[in-house]
Amino acid sequence: MLNLYTRRRFTNALGLTVSVLAMAFGLFWLCWILWTLLDHGLPALTSDVFTKMTPPPGSSGGLWNAIFGSLMMTVGGTLLGTPIGILAGTYLAEFGERGWLAPVTRFINDILLSAPSIVIGLFVYEVYVVHVKHFSGWAGTLALAIIVIPIVIRTTENMLRLVPSTLREAAAALGAPQWKIINFVTLRAARAGIITGVMLAIARISGETAPLLFTSLNNQFWSSDMDQPMANLPVVIFQFAMSPYEDWQSLAWAGALLITFSVLTLNILARVLFRQNASSH
Amino acid sequence: MPMLLHEASLKRQSIFDALFRNLTRIAAFGVLILLAAIITSLVLGSMPAIKTFGFGFLISPEWDPVNDQFGALIPIVGTLITSFIALLIAIPVSFGIAIFLTELSPRVLRRPLGVAIELLAGIPSIIYGMWGLFVFAPLFADHVEPWLNEHVGTLPYIGPFFSGPPMGIGILTASIILAIMVIPFIASVMRDVFDVVPAMLKESAYGLGSTTWEVMLHIVLPYTKIGVAGGIMLGLGRALGETMAVTFVIGNAHELSKSLLNPGNSISSALANEFTEAFGELYTASLIELGLILFFITFVVLSISRYMLYKLSKREGKAA
Repeated sequence: MLNLYTRRRFTNALGLTVSVLAMAFGLFWLCWILWTLLDHGLPALTSDVFTKMTPPPGSSGGLWNAIFGSLMMTVGGTLLGTPIGILAGTYLAEFGERGWLAPVTRFINDILLSAPSIVIGLFVYEVYVVHVKHFSGWAGTLALAIIVIPIVIRTTENMLRLVPSTLREAAAALGAPQWKIINFVTLRAARAGIITGVMLAIARISGETAPLLFTSLNNQFWSSDMDQPMANLPVVIFQFAMSPYEDWQSLAWAGALLITFSVLTLNILARVLFRQNASSH
Repeated sequence: MPMLLHEASLKRQSIFDALFRNLTRIAAFGVLILLAAIITSLVLGSMPAIKTFGFGFLISPEWDPVNDQFGALIPIVGTLITSFIALLIAIPVSFGIAIFLTELSPRVLRRPLGVAIELLAGIPSIIYGMWGLFVFAPLFADHVEPWLNEHVGTLPYIGPFFSGPPMGIGILTASIILAIMVIPFIASVMRDVFDVVPAMLKESAYGLGSTTWEVMLHIVLPYTKIGVAGGIMLGLGRALGETMAVTFVIGNAHELSKSLLNPGNSISSALANEFTEAFGELYTASLIELGLILFFITFVVLSISRYMLYKLSKREGKAA
């Protein structure tokens, strides 16, 4: 009897210890990666990074054109994808009670949410790049917008569902037509949550590399023409990190540090913002 | 007269209503069109390869751009093996993290630690790749792989999988990095579904004298098994399609070798490496067909995942 009891207590202690270790295991990688980035990236993060263009092999330079290109395409992708995402999310939450369209769209959207981003790159290459016959900033923007849409749809729908029906009913009782109720009452009540979703979407696309490889490609020079191949941080990091030149590799670390910390800051900001608003309601 | 004005205004509002409803409906319909367009364009793009190689494309290990001979076997196997090993590592770790976050963690730490694990998912995959190539792979080559060669590589049956040149880059390295990347996805689904287990169920078991571990293993896990499986499938979907991290460390060799320490290839890394440099119609088409296969596999895996999570949430609704 005692034997069984001891054994159970031992199994319990063992299991719980292992789960503490698993937690430590997860945090360990996070700390290690962040430490590596600071260690390699900080020394390389000089003012040149923000003022000079990407250098030819073997010489020093900066990442300014890549930072600019990334900003342009991220902003473009967000501006293009967000309205479509909010509209579709509104349909799912407000009009999707009956019919087949809402459940099917919800299902497909959840799949697109986790679909491999490189396939999105291939798709934009097939439908856009092949037809205009050159890589361009627009193609990159389009690919990023396609990644933004499912994320925004998902959060918009979830956030609209959190808005209490009494709000809608109150507005309806005052005689407001449905489009006014949705635009001026429900969407407004869900604003904080939707902004959170957009921020998470921005965080996601600013680090995406795979869909840009076949769409915007890269550009060694300064270019603000969206119809030309456009430099962007992720692809520059990829190219420079894989190169044998030390100057390039240290620039890649600087870029990696920049991207990771902006993405993580966005992630944390989005969570804090949402929590503040959720608790104030 | 005011009566008429009022009617006109009502009519105008109902037109606006219809316009707005249809606008949102078109946007929702756009998602379906997007999916159809992705599949159609990939199928059209890979037509030359499908016509030339037919079904044999899937089982041929040949990849010879010079002689225009292409087969998808090696990248497919590479994708499946790396994802499988990644899950072997990630599932127990995620289970441990979920237990820690739902049962063991002090209340104050629960949220920050949960966010920390979620941040692991926020780090862009190219960063995992760089870190893997410059930091993890050299350490792995110097310290772990020689040990594997010496101690595991000599064992019968599993030995051949773990003996090979200690280069640092290869299938095993890619799998470990993939595991780190999917842990946050699986762990946060597990945590969420563990949280919905009715407290009364757990308390009854505790009341009968169960230990925490027994409650997790015999009460919580069976109750949430569909959700847990859904989370695992979600992680699998992520692992299958992961591109940049794998491209950095897998070695990009079109070889099928028994050893996990040897370099290999996966669908996504083949695409990332070769697509922009592909010459000739058949080469490009073969790469696009690889993309189509990847999309198909992840589509099936993610559908299963969604179906399972949906089933769980439905049951939860009934119980409430």
